[in-house]
Amino acid sequence: MAEIKWPPAGERQLIGKRISRLDGPWKASGRARYTYDVNRPGMLYAKLVLSPYPHARIRAVDTSEAERMPGVRAVHVLLGPGQEVNWAGQEVVAVAAETEEQARDAARRVRVDYEPLPFLASDVPPEQAARIGADRVRRLSERVEGDPDRGFAGADVVHEGHYGLPVINHCCLEAHGTVAEWEGDRLHVWISTQNVSGVGGEFAEGLKIPASNVHVECEVMGGGFGSKFSADTWGLAAAALARKAGRPVKLMLERDHELLAAGSRPSLHGRVRVGARRDGTLVAWESETWGTAGPITAGIPPLPYIFRVPNARVRHTAVLTNQGPARAWRAPNHPQACLVTMAALDDLAARLNMDPLEFFLKNLALAGEHASVYREELLKAAELMEWRRKWHPRGAERGTLRRGLGLSIHTWGGLGHPSNCRCTIHPDGSVEVALGSQDLGTGTRTVIGIVAAETLGLPLEAVRVEIGDNRYPPDGASGGSTTVGGVSSSTRVATTRALNQLLERVAPALGVPASELEARGGRIQVRGNPARSLSWQQACARLGATPIVADGQRDMSLISSGAAGVQMAEVVVDTETGIVRLEKLVAVQDCGLIIDLKTAESQVYGGCIMGICYALYEEKVMDPVTGRCLNPNMEFYKLAGIGDIGTIVVHMMTGPGYDERGVIGLGEPPVISPGAAISNAVANALGVRVPELPLTPDRVLAALAGKGGAV
Amino acid sequence: MPEEHKDNHEGERAESTGLSRREFLKGTGLAVSAGVLVGEGLLGVAAAERPAVVGPGPVPVTLRVNGQVHRLELEPRVTLLDALRNHLHLTGAKKVCDRGTCGACTVIVGGRPVYACTLLAIAAQGEPIETIEGLAPEGKLHPLSQAFVDNDAQQCGFCTPGFVMAAKAYLDRHPHPTEEEVRRALNGNICRCGTYMGVRRAVVEAALKRKGGQG
Repeated sequence: MAEIKWPPAGERQLIGKRISRLDGPWKASGRARYTYDVNRPGMLYAKLVLSPYPHARIRAVDTSEAERMPGVRAVHVLLGPGQEVNWAGQEVVAVAAETEEQARDAARRVRVDYEPLPFLASDVPPEQAARIGADRVRRLSERVEGDPDRGFAGADVVHEGHYGLPVINHCCLEAHGTVAEWEGDRLHVWISTQNVSGVGGEFAEGLKIPASNVHVECEVMGGGFGSKFSADTWGLAAAALARKAGRPVKLMLERDHELLAAGSRPSLHGRVRVGARRDGTLVAWESETWGTAGPITAGIPPLPYIFRVPNARVRHTAVLTNQGPARAWRAPNHPQACLVTMAALDDLAARLNMDPLEFFLKNLALAGEHASVYREELLKAAELMEWRRKWHPRGAERGTLRRGLGLSIHTWGGLGHPSNCRCTIHPDGSVEVALGSQDLGTGTRTVIGIVAAETLGLPLEAVRVEIGDNRYPPDGASGGSTTVGGVSSSTRVATTRALNQLLERVAPALGVPASELEARGGRIQVRGNPARSLSWQQACARLGATPIVADGQRDMSLISSGAAGVQMAEVVVDTETGIVRLEKLVAVQDCGLIIDLKTAESQVYGGCIMGICYALYEEKVMDPVTGRCLNPNMEFYKLAGIGDIGTIVVHMMTGPGYDERGVIGLGEPPVISPGAAISNAVANALGVRVPELPLTPDRVLAALAGKGGAV
Repeated sequence: MPEEHKDNHEGERAESTGLSRREFLKGTGLAVSAGVLVGEGLLGVAAAERPAVVGPGPVPVTLRVNGQVHRLELEPRVTLLDALRNHLHLTGAKKVCDRGTCGACTVIVGGRPVYACTLLAIAAQGEPIETIEGLAPEGKLHPLSQAFVDNDAQQCGFCTPGFVMAAKAYLDRHPHPTEEEVRRALNGNICRCGTYMGVRRAVVEAALKRKGGQG
């Protein structure tokens, strides 16, 4: 009989190997069908009318001219007279027509009369925001640990600085959107979503139909990063238009709308004071931070990050603005807290004339239960970066081109979301595993296949993985690095149970109890004895006409939480142009037991590159006068290209000490540290801190000129 | 066709569209400055000297895509990308930025990589158009696509077809690039998941294999 626990290292056939993603060939040949690619017979195209005002009350909506436009088949008003818009880019009316061009023409003919209202769309400090209205400012937390005043009094060195990072966007390459098609009172939706099993309920509620009437499909999706959990206004609009027109409707957001309203990350800015004894021991922390998530609040940054400084006073205030609302952005609140903390600590180390590597190692006792992991990872990263050979004290470089090193550490929970898997073994030997899960590009489909094949002793291609459909057993939304823990454990349980049923059925033929059988190398055999075996096909043939079906749920004994991780950056800064060039980024990452080393490494490369993007380029720029976003497009909302990322070195911590923790999610951790590591490298190169990300030439030159430098 | 337009890009296009961007701007400019109706400005003044304006309604468009000839009726403003995706159901080229920035819609027109969102379908007539669907028959993988799979040069995969086509056009002209050259050559394509390290390896590996294959 097979056991639910993970196989020991020596017995793993597939788990932990470098395996290519199962959907790779569909994607690399252009055959993968995303929501954006679904073209249904008779399908209409929908476009949205967006508010040009950041805050306004709607006086009147006139769709009569739009309705008469060529090709128009349905118009749906989302916000009517008396209702308010709260950001420029909020949806007011949806129009469906025969072609995209006709839908766009018709949307332009919708007349909306707005009464503009006072607004605040800029990322300003609370004092300034309060002048617009007291309700613009909300103190979210005030926490005191130990005795901060005594802590600072006992510190030999105190550093104070300002740090921050702006609102940025998710900018998924596949825009948010839905194709909706009705069959009587049953709704079929294709939606680019991180929440295949959960999103149907929102359509049901919004359209007043039973949840059982909503069929959701998402075979592949073009990026989510935390922004695609919901049906969204536009998803419901697509379904409403389709019902009105009696035709399928495709509604994918235009790129400007995607960047205005479909997902952003809250800003964080603030003042930090931090104190240490002469030997580098951290003794006191004080931070006063603020940030905006648009018209909502989005949690409290975990400050000070990782290091539990014994005496601390921490205050955070949310500023409510008329920007599109923030959504969970890969590792919510962590990249911000990481930048503010790691930059302040790096500046403190510089004041102490300490190598930050020594400073971080010295204070690891404050890093909690993962201190020993951080130590191991810091030393490994230092080796890969050649830190001890390359590092120089801050400001030692004097030329035009200045080289610098910086480091940062991070953490994330993970664990696993609730998950159900159904494994079917057919009499002809074919196998399928089905989960109402989704693959965001992380490798979920492949991980499921690997676990199933490993359990059944089959090659990967012998297992069919079915995900992306809400008719499969429900699986949680993919957020917070919880997917791999959920799906790997439920799949392990379901496939083990199915296998054990099979073993019971074939035990008589092999003349031993099922407890002495195992599945290995495509055979069912007496444990350790391939001579007494049946091929997988022969074994399954004994099932007669009825397949085996077994279900499995998330199993906490197979998974864990709490990844650490260390990153080190090397940059060259041109002090004449202010351009920062990333030379090398080293990422050392643990995540417990790795199922697929290849896609795991890709998660880390990807996290590093998203981190480089927000460290050097990304910012949602708002115009304070009109309250509109100035860069809702990909020319001026900058992302790194293939030539902008230097060389990235990834090292995964595996083996004894790591594997036995079980599976831990990996999506969030590697995106947390790059901003801090790169900012610290730039400070090391220049001798001054560039206090705010992104590290654009203007900010670098301003810091060099002594305007706004923190050290 | 006025002689002054012959030497620029718009002039080349004007032959097939019947209306270049510059002429259009001149026309509207005249209308506005003279304070007359747009119709008189555009049509009344210029009609005698210019070829007939096509559209705005659908016009016949013939596209040669992956060796197959397609006859369509499209409004002249329909981009090559929308013609491929919405009318020919060739959805391998992706719509992302829709304004010539990100490269996700890259196809090969007359041997050159082109952002299909920046080219009107009517202007793409007469030249062979190659999309990712044409690289290999369904169920088979082009060696370049295979290299993307092997090197995990994709995550969500939405940028991947554009990268594969940009890489193909590049390798067709530069069969033996260094990794440094690949970094420069493919800087016109944007990936959000962060697959660039894999893309570099994939393109260099595909080039080496092709070199080996050619002996």
